[in-house]
Amino acid sequence: MSNFLTEFPEMPNKQFREFKKGVDASYKDFAREWGDFIDAMFEPLLKMLVFFEKTLIATPWPIFMIVLLGLTYWGSRSYKLVIGTFLAFVFIGYFRMWDETMSTIAIILTSVIMSVVIGLPTGIAMSRSDRTQSIVTPILDIMQTMPPFVYLIPIVMLMGIGKIPGLIAVVIYAIPPLIRLTNLGIREVDKEALEAADAFGATKKQKLYQVQLPLALPTIFAGINQTIMMALAMVIIASMIGVKGLGQPVLQSIYNQYFTKGVLYGLAIVIVAIVFDRVSQSYGQRIQKHRSGKIV
Amino acid sequence: MSEAKIQIKNLYKIFGKNPSAAMEHVKNGVGKDELLEKHNHVLGLKDINLDIQSESIQVVMGLSGSGKSTLIRHINRLIEPTDGSVTVDGDEVLKMNEEQLRSFRRSKTAMVFQRFALLPHKTVLQNTIFGLHIQNIAEEDAKKSALRWIERVGLSGYEDKYPQHLSGGMQQRVGLARALTNDGDILLMDEAFSALDPLIRKDMQDILLELQDELQKTVVFITHDLDEALKIGDRIAILKDGIMDQEGIPAEILLDPKTKYVKDFVEDVNRARVIKAKHIMSEINGQDLNGAMPIDQDEFIDRFIDKVIAEKPDNLLIQDKDKKNVGFLSTQKLSEILKR
Ligand SMILES: Nc1ncnc2c1ncn2[C@@H]1O[C@H](COP(=O)(O)OP(=O)(O)OP(=O)(O)O)[C@@H](O)[C@H]1O
Ligand SMILES: [Mg+2]
Repeated sequence: MSNFLTEFPEMPNKQFREFKKGVDASYKDFAREWGDFIDAMFEPLLKMLVFFEKTLIATPWPIFMIVLLGLTYWGSRSYKLVIGTFLAFVFIGYFRMWDETMSTIAIILTSVIMSVVIGLPTGIAMSRSDRTQSIVTPILDIMQTMPPFVYLIPIVMLMGIGKIPGLIAVVIYAIPPLIRLTNLGIREVDKEALEAADAFGATKKQKLYQVQLPLALPTIFAGINQTIMMALAMVIIASMIGVKGLGQPVLQSIYNQYFTKGVLYGLAIVIVAIVFDRVSQSYGQRIQKHRSGKIV
Repeated sequence: MSEAKIQIKNLYKIFGKNPSAAMEHVKNGVGKDELLEKHNHVLGLKDINLDIQSESIQVVMGLSGSGKSTLIRHINRLIEPTDGSVTVDGDEVLKMNEEQLRSFRRSKTAMVFQRFALLPHKTVLQNTIFGLHIQNIAEEDAKKSALRWIERVGLSGYEDKYPQHLSGGMQQRVGLARALTNDGDILLMDEAFSALDPLIRKDMQDILLELQDELQKTVVFITHDLDEALKIGDRIAILKDGIMDQEGIPAEILLDPKTKYVKDFVEDVNRARVIKAKHIMSEINGQDLNGAMPIDQDEFIDRFIDKVIAEKPDNLLIQDKDKKNVGFLSTQKLSEILKR
């Protein structure tokens, strides 16, 4: 009796071991059977990522700089930001971190594209049905609270170490805010604007493209911004499973206690993050100028 | 009288979880307050019957929460009724499927909203063109028509501005231009001018009346303002707690209010400005009308009262446009009507 109270009535050790073995074995079987197929499925994605990476690295740095600064200006219309971006990338280049930065930008680019391609329709579907919302929300909760290391394990078992599993891990980590904010943005669209569209005989699709998405765009954009930030934060963890870029040297520095190297590469990540954040945010604000999210 | 353009018959709307159950109570005479308190349902409309004639302005008036918006939204079925029927040109709106309803809304009706409901990410022109745009009408034609109405409501030069850069009055002009560009026979206006300053509001009323002279649409105009109702309406329906208290021409409502609610509404109105000679004239039946003062039947009392006081005739001879005698009005009756 006293035993029962002090020790939780747990599963016997032997059974527990078999349980773990069983699950492991069946997942391994699944991985063996489907691994190649899944690899093949993600092949186009890998091609895209490699293409971005190769292109970015092969691009002469002055051209990259001009394009980047042009984009910064186009997005933000701010010379201050353009100068800041220029100095930041001079720092990165001078301290020999250019190629890694290009790799990181390539994976951010790919994972953000993938997040938008998956996240936007998911968010739209969620906004259109309370049932879908009640199913997707807990999944997003799990994705956001589960430590990334936990879902790295099955991904690696399934696909091994490499770019694609890293990419998938980044997307799982970074996609929830985009889905949530797309859903929220569409649900918050003014009822009167929708009623007006209805009164003029708009179809569901016309309402989506001409009213809901445009009015939700600032919120959706805030979601994309968060997705970019979270993807960057995930870069170090993703480097543990073979994603090249700024994360790998940081990881190396931790193992080998290279202080300066760690700090430099860490700074580079911060720089890329700040530049991406500022540019995408000021772009987001700029598109809101004559359209405060509210209906007038 | 020809068949009404819009016919509303025995229309009921109850908001809540189980409207059909609540219907029983309503049919047994449970009122709005009791229905909410005891049965947790909101009575939106109860047994509304209203015929709206083609090419006329029907005003629906009532205090906040009386069901005005609910009623007007049944005409283009933005709200589904609990029971009853709405027909437009003889077609039952409530029987239309999704596709038919959409094409009905596109071709027959257009709506103007209290808070404008413009799309903030579209310019004045893009907002105005919206109704035609979603019908996939050729860009050229749509633009031509939109520009024409933008000009008619006095917004030329503002085509590329965003709604936010316009004042409330100008925004509602866009709302009006958007509705007119759609070119349906029916114009639904839900407190379209209520959010505007008095002066701008008067402007908008004048614009509407001027356009109506020319366009002859069937207008359903919601307001909670009696002066506006009297100025604009060919007929006025008065709603209270979802029930239609009275319906008739303005003079009828003023001279013969049927309930206390309506009486309270019309108490302080300056009748001379609202009642026309024809509303209060009597039939000519062999009376001696020698020396009677001729008055046009469409003159408001305040337009001829000064002349009456100056010349002190015993009778007024009421005539139509072609100077044909259509009735008479004794000065005594006139003074009684003004005193009451
Ligand atoms: N979707 C809804 N659910 C529950 N009750 C509603 C709903 N829409 C309207 N009502 C109720 O129905 C009644 C009539 O509302 P309605 O909006 O038609 O009034 P109104 O005369 O247009 O008032 P206002 O002048 O304030 O616009 C009100 O008591 C309102 O609270
Ligand atoms: Mg209303």
